[in-house]
Amino acid sequence: MEYDEAKEKIKVELTKKLKTKSKFYFNDLAKILGMKPREAKKLINQMVLDGVLEYWSSGSTSMYGMPGTGKQSSAEHED
Amino acid sequence: MAKHETPLLDQLETGPWPSFVTDIKREAESRATNEKGVDYQIPQDACEDLLGVLELSFKHGRTHWKHGGIVGVFGYGGGVIGRYCDQPEMFPGVAHFHTMRVSQPAGKFYTTKYLESICDLWERRGSGITNMHGSTGDIIFLGTTTPQLEEVFYELTHNLNQDLGGSGSNLRTPSDCIGAARCEYACYDTQAICHDLTVEYQDELHRPAFPYKFKFKFDGCPNCCVASIARSDLSFIGLWRDEIRIDEEAVKAYVGGELKPNAGAHAGRDWGAFDIQKEVIGLCPTQCMRYEGDKLEINNKECTHCMHCINVMPRALRIGNDRGCAILAGAKAPILDGAQMGTLIVPFIKAEPPYTDIKEKVIEPIWDWWMEEGKNRERLGELMKRQGMQKLLEMTGLDPDPRMIQEPRTNPYIFWKEDEVEGGFKRDINEFRKYHKR
Repeated sequence: MEYDEAKEKIKVELTKKLKTKSKFYFNDLAKILGMKPREAKKLINQMVLDGVLEYWSSGSTSMYGMPGTGKQSSAEHED
Repeated sequence: MAKHETPLLDQLETGPWPSFVTDIKREAESRATNEKGVDYQIPQDACEDLLGVLELSFKHGRTHWKHGGIVGVFGYGGGVIGRYCDQPEMFPGVAHFHTMRVSQPAGKFYTTKYLESICDLWERRGSGITNMHGSTGDIIFLGTTTPQLEEVFYELTHNLNQDLGGSGSNLRTPSDCIGAARCEYACYDTQAICHDLTVEYQDELHRPAFPYKFKFKFDGCPNCCVASIARSDLSFIGLWRDEIRIDEEAVKAYVGGELKPNAGAHAGRDWGAFDIQKEVIGLCPTQCMRYEGDKLEINNKECTHCMHCINVMPRALRIGNDRGCAILAGAKAPILDGAQMGTLIVPFIKAEPPYTDIKEKVIEPIWDWWMEEGKNRERLGELMKRQGMQKLLEMTGLDPDPRMIQEPRTNPYIFWKEDEVEGGFKRDINEFRKYHKR
């Protein structure tokens, strides 16, 4: 899958789910892309570097979300 | 005069142990007086407010910290853990109080100059409070603000040649014992492999794509000083496969009392004369030793490398010369199903650079399996329990070995597949009926 296609797919699917959740596990994203985790990782990392996605971490678990979505950014005085 | 009244915390200081409250108060006072003229980049009263919010938490019986956050340094998904106070007006000094994990050097060797440098950095750009070391082994920097994260990271990497550690669903900072640098029991170079795998798996350390945390720990011998068998998803424990080297003269010296058992570690009181039968031979778990006629003999085939005899008589008994390590998988702390110890998956492997077999035949096949099959927040040990040891062996291509099994027919129960059995499962029913009536 090309990077731009993958980016679009992630944006569309994550936007659709925004009403119910704003943070996603890595495996959720790999499933959206229909790729094995190792292959998906390269594309997903690039999306983080490009600002399409951002990391969220509880300290023990990491998740991914689109920047500015969810309660976090406003609640934590970061917007 | 303290900024906040802290009667409950003050009471904690009255116990017989060193108190973290005293430590924080000392740092608060040092920041208030600032005798060194530090140019503080986060609120000077951060430690005062930290004490204040902790006092409030004790008073209310619940925490005033919020959990997690999006903070981090650019390109890294680990190493920073967002912490925010839910009473920022009352305690502005700790409104943001993020944790940073700093990767410890292999074997935790430092120069005092290095320690002074990281402490100076953290005093200037953070709260000054550290935790040496966290459970994974990292140097933990406790408490800074969001704008300081990139600054600390820049100074660590550019001035101190120091990286952040792992957190979140990453490979966590690999950790090892002091190894061959100081210890004669080390069966392989723990620091070398720890450093090599840390460098090799930088991507896994910094960019989270695992279902949950994953830990490597390296113990040079079965004494397990970093407790890898209990605390790491993949545990490397040093072993030898030839014979324990015996110095009979030194054995006699222990028996005769010229050498102190356990290198004098139990010298605090009089335990009486050393009794080799009671203290060594009788305590051997496999009873593979005997001492008769001033001669110590070991049936090495029965030895399970428990280290007891070597620990008691280190001058007389030494690890063998054909050395390597065993690999165990799946240890974890209790969140689901209780704590688990590691399960042996590789009874013996040579641990020599460039560690190709360890990487390509053990680590990476296990990661491929766990990344595909592991549920979110499922540790390797839980996946092994859910899908079975047989599946692990199938995915890694490791050969089953009796040493992987604790007791026959209890763990794990192996089912043969048709293609593994000569002639398959097909049978001639007429031939069968000749001997077995319906």
